[in-house]
Amino acid sequence: MSTAHISARSPARRLPLHWLGILPFAAFVTLFLILPTMKIVVGAFQTPDGSFTLDNIRGLFTPSILAAYWISIKISVASALLGCLAGFAISAAVVFGGLPKGIRGPLLTFSGVASNFAGVPLAFAFLATLGPVGIVNVFLRSELGIDLRALGFNILSFWGLTITYLFFQIPLMILIITPALDGLKREWREAASILGATGFQYWRMVAFPILLPSILGTLALLFANAFGAVATAIALTGSSLSIVPILLFAQIRGDVLGNPHLGYALAFGMIVVTGVANAIYIWLRARSERWLK
Amino acid sequence: MKKIWAWGALLFGILYFTLPLVGMTNFSLKMRRGEYSFEAYARVFGDPRFQETFTYSVTQALFTIVFGVLLVVPTAYWIRLKLPGLRPYVEFVTLLPLVIPAIVIVFGYIRLYNTSSWLPLTGSAFGTNILLMFGYATLALPYMYRAVDTGLRTIDVATLTEAAQSLGAGWTTILARIILPNVLVAVLSGAFLTFAIVIGEFTMAALLNRPAFGPYMQLLGANRAYEPAALAVIAFGITWGCLGLIQLVSRFQKSAPPKA
Repeated sequence: MSTAHISARSPARRLPLHWLGILPFAAFVTLFLILPTMKIVVGAFQTPDGSFTLDNIRGLFTPSILAAYWISIKISVASALLGCLAGFAISAAVVFGGLPKGIRGPLLTFSGVASNFAGVPLAFAFLATLGPVGIVNVFLRSELGIDLRALGFNILSFWGLTITYLFFQIPLMILIITPALDGLKREWREAASILGATGFQYWRMVAFPILLPSILGTLALLFANAFGAVATAIALTGSSLSIVPILLFAQIRGDVLGNPHLGYALAFGMIVVTGVANAIYIWLRARSERWLK
Repeated sequence: MKKIWAWGALLFGILYFTLPLVGMTNFSLKMRRGEYSFEAYARVFGDPRFQETFTYSVTQALFTIVFGVLLVVPTAYWIRLKLPGLRPYVEFVTLLPLVIPAIVIVFGYIRLYNTSSWLPLTGSAFGTNILLMFGYATLALPYMYRAVDTGLRTIDVATLTEAAQSLGAGWTTILARIILPNVLVAVLSGAFLTFAIVIGEFTMAALLNRPAFGPYMQLLGANRAYEPAALAVIAFGITWGCLGLIQLVSRFQKSAPPKA
């Protein structure tokens, strides 16, 4: 750290005291954020007696654990992609679609609420909607004679979980992408049409490339968001669907894998996946800010 | 053509977001056969476990808010005033809880603060409550810090501090009577969001074995049919209330409302 920021009016003898000001904060994040995480990361590379090993990481590459990661990643990718798509469509409809101006405020407020309405209650809401006796199933069966279960739909499945996650994914996309869409300047569109571009060409060659970093960045954020979600999955499926967070939850509760350090490795894998997704988000966000100031 | 497409997207959104809300409300009212009633709500509110866990979570939320404000406001203020070079680093650290899943953090707590460790917080109910509160403060840190930091940006911290100092105020007075009132709207936004997060939180409370509202909801969901839907309606109401309050207090701030 340079000391250039210390202004002339602060006497030099008080210099060390400046650092004391952030001591409580530093102590807190060290004790309750950094150290616990380090404990997991280090534990992933240790044997029970404390020596270094790669066995725990190797232990992740067994069929059942790989399958858990794979289905977790699939659900996260599907819900992130669909969330991006639907969120973008709704956001674009409100910003460019010529809808009444009054819709925008309520939409953003509702998105703020819905993106925070996750966890156990969200699972209940979807069970009451798409579950065996949920409102949609009952309606389709009694009014149209369609039995979703007979068609193979089950809420305790890949698609059931994906559709449920969309309830917080779409609003998050709307909240992030609406300011980006607002940042598209009217002049760019006019300049493009003066040069003879069609609406499609404007979108393909001007607007879309500018928005791409924001969209991809949000995609990464939504992915990490879904990957770390525990409560919704547990409340919805109990333990019938073996995704990584549920497996880790069971492992912490009762060592179902039969090796405590394999639990560390499982958690370490989660940090790596969400860490990579977030690094992509941060990197792309910095790029998109070049255009959208 | 464009309009049809736009209305289509909006209608899809409205349908997707209202159906679950209608579904849960409808289901929560159908406990008595053949008629709509508030039976499920009466059962939920009459359940002593509901009252206990709800009170527990509200208490946890309030303590988390007080602790969070005491931790974040002085830190954000100090960094703006004296250590601006540290800002990007502190901001990065405060965003970490969004990157590291809550289940991993609490896993670390269990291993680090167990009964045989140097700080055996999980050894007693009181210690575990404190640990859970710290965990909640960690989860809320990204929102709280960003809200307060945005609030501080709208005021001239250095001038206010100098003015107060030249009138003889000490640090506590400056923080409590100058800075805090000026960023109150931002602090309240952060506080309501913290409340919304803590009240329904499941993972940390369940793994630390505390009788909180989130695990209670999950348990009820595994054993009952109609009560969970009523709980979902109540939880949605609480989230809506907290976010609504943020909108309300933000309106009082004239320039640059804080991003929740």
